[in-house]
Amino acid sequence: MTLARADRSQRPPAASRATASDAAEGVRRAQRRRHRWTAWAFLLPIVAYLAAFYLYPLYRNLDLSLRHYTVRSFVDGDAPYSGWDNFRQVLHDPTFWPALRNTMVFTLVSIAVQYTAGLGLAVFFNRHFRLSGLLRALFLIPWLLPLIVSSSTWSWMLNSESGVVNYALHLVGVAPVDWLTSPHWALVSVIIANIWIGIPFNLVILHSGLQNIPADLHEAAALDGAGPWQQFRRITFPLLRPVSAITLLLGLVYTLKVFDLIWIMTKGGPTDSSTTLATWSYRLGFGSLLPQFGPGAAVGNILILIALVFGLLYIRVQKRQEA
Amino acid sequence: MRHLRRTVLAGLLAIGTLTSAAACSSSGSTSATGGSAGSAKGGTYTFWDPYPQFDASSDWGKRVASCGTAAGVTVKRTGMDTSDLGNKALLAAQQGNTPDVMLVDNPVVSTLVQAGILNKTSDLGLDTSTIQQNIIGAGTLDGAAYGVPIGANTLALYYNKNVLKAAGVDAAGIKDWASLTAALQKVKAAGKKGITFSAIGTEEGSFQFLPWFWGAGGDLTKLDDAKGAAALSLWKDWVSQGLAPHDVLQNTQTTSWQEFATGDYAFGENGTWQLGNAAKAGFPYGVINIPGQNGGSAPAPTGGEFVTVPVQKDSGRYTVTKKIVDCLISPTNLLATDTTLSYIAPVTTVQQQQVQQNSALAPWVSAVAAARGRTSNGLGTKYPVISQQLWTAVQSALSGGKSPQDALTAAQQAAANHQG
Repeated sequence: MTLARADRSQRPPAASRATASDAAEGVRRAQRRRHRWTAWAFLLPIVAYLAAFYLYPLYRNLDLSLRHYTVRSFVDGDAPYSGWDNFRQVLHDPTFWPALRNTMVFTLVSIAVQYTAGLGLAVFFNRHFRLSGLLRALFLIPWLLPLIVSSSTWSWMLNSESGVVNYALHLVGVAPVDWLTSPHWALVSVIIANIWIGIPFNLVILHSGLQNIPADLHEAAALDGAGPWQQFRRITFPLLRPVSAITLLLGLVYTLKVFDLIWIMTKGGPTDSSTTLATWSYRLGFGSLLPQFGPGAAVGNILILIALVFGLLYIRVQKRQEA
Repeated sequence: MRHLRRTVLAGLLAIGTLTSAAACSSSGSTSATGGSAGSAKGGTYTFWDPYPQFDASSDWGKRVASCGTAAGVTVKRTGMDTSDLGNKALLAAQQGNTPDVMLVDNPVVSTLVQAGILNKTSDLGLDTSTIQQNIIGAGTLDGAAYGVPIGANTLALYYNKNVLKAAGVDAAGIKDWASLTAALQKVKAAGKKGITFSAIGTEEGSFQFLPWFWGAGGDLTKLDDAKGAAALSLWKDWVSQGLAPHDVLQNTQTTSWQEFATGDYAFGENGTWQLGNAAKAGFPYGVINIPGQNGGSAPAPTGGEFVTVPVQKDSGRYTVTKKIVDCLISPTNLLATDTTLSYIAPVTTVQQQQVQQNSALAPWVSAVAAARGRTSNGLGTKYPVISQQLWTAVQSALSGGKSPQDALTAAQQAAANHQG
């Protein structure tokens, strides 16, 4: 306080103050300009990176989807512009609606179960019992395994002839299920495998979110007589909302584009019963001897568009939370 | 913070537009540099094949290298996955740096010809007169061959002698579909499993179905006629009666072989390339040709790769390239090459030598003689479209989604739509 008063008494007289502040303003402006250039210099690597590895491929994909490519025009690079033809072809394809429906079911069911299971486990591990660290590390295994390994393993386990799952069912007297080869079960099977792979991600993020909630809030609530369920519903869950939102969004974007798991387990089949937009896009572009790059790129763009819509939705929700 | 974010975004957009514009204008020059890099290779000739399992020290690797040495150049060989090779070739052609010699799976040849990146064998002066017509047919479009088969393989039925003996079935008595199905039922009654094959939703699935489709007299341009439906019904009935396992829908030819190798199955539909594994299977086996619906051998599709010579900007390279190719396909070298690859030679005289060396190859030689190219008879690039619909129909009938006739009707409809 005394320091501030001393400061004030040392202020220069009004007349000289104007010129001094003008000069200071000039220096500050030059400084700010220099700052801005430095800022840009720091940004340059990431900007160049984003342009080369995100914007250009995105532009190429859009270009592919708007031209009529045959193998010859792909090589010669003179494919004629065809407007929305590829999109029209894709939308009228009998595969489109089943693929869209499967994508939605796959994504929403996966996320809902992953999130619920991940949250349950996170709350469980937040209690720090003995060996909880070790057990939590074990839960991370699905995340650490390469996807090709876990998908192939699931594919073996669910094999209708020699799979361990059908063997277990046989032991309890249930008839074998054609997990991967029946149109009714194929989608269910890939969803089960995907949930298993996605739980660790939800567990880790939600667990770290839980650790940011001050323990005294829970103590205070307990003193006020709130039971464990009420504590969870009125304290843990609301305070976890920002973390939950980011977990769900990341999970959504990640699950929308899942390709390798489905391709390894069922190839999108039998027929189209487990085809999603991602596997369909791949099948069009690379799945047969005669590639259809245009429609394949069109399906890919539709997928990007869906992810973008959800991304914008997230930003809106976040803004409302901030306000 | 928010202000900064907006500035960054604007900057990104601006720079992104700039770079993509620059990329557009420079795309012409990159292909030019690709071409000049090709001619700057000098004494090195590039060679792609779909045999990543063979490294430089393998017999195949040594043979390729020695053919380069004989032509006075170094051959740089790259082996890649067969399903990858077609797309890699298209991309390389787009950038103007295709390899000098490329071995591709035979149904891919017509796609690459459509793309305009392969030379005719007659333009290069390669002699293909001794090659069997049905084998080179897969690489022939409008009467001109665009490659030389390095070898051929095809499908037949392996059988487990122990299982057949226990079930009281004589393999020699299997002459048509009825006797084969009867044999499968006997095997099942004896507590063993019938037959395994691959009906996966990829080209492999079509490849395995074709002997039955053609064996019923089916026509790839008319998928929905009664003959095709008869073949699909045969497979469907086997699966629904438990004579074939339900997981054939998932089986690749490799996993189908693994099932057969367990020793539980009486029959396995598989190719020439499994002969080496058959000897290691631990039970006595035999091979019969796939029977036609009403007797005789069904035509199986030809498998195997073609040696092709992609178009180069610098046509001066073809002289050496021709020497390398001639070396690979000369009858004396073919015998060694096809023994290495476990293929049947595409030349009759060499086939006779192969049978002399190994009499077990005799049924395969006759199967290859009866085999048919998938892209033959003018089908060319129509085949990939038809094949995709065919394997889809097989999948939908075997999984119980549709009846065989409905599945094939839908397939014919879809194939017709795609070809406009």
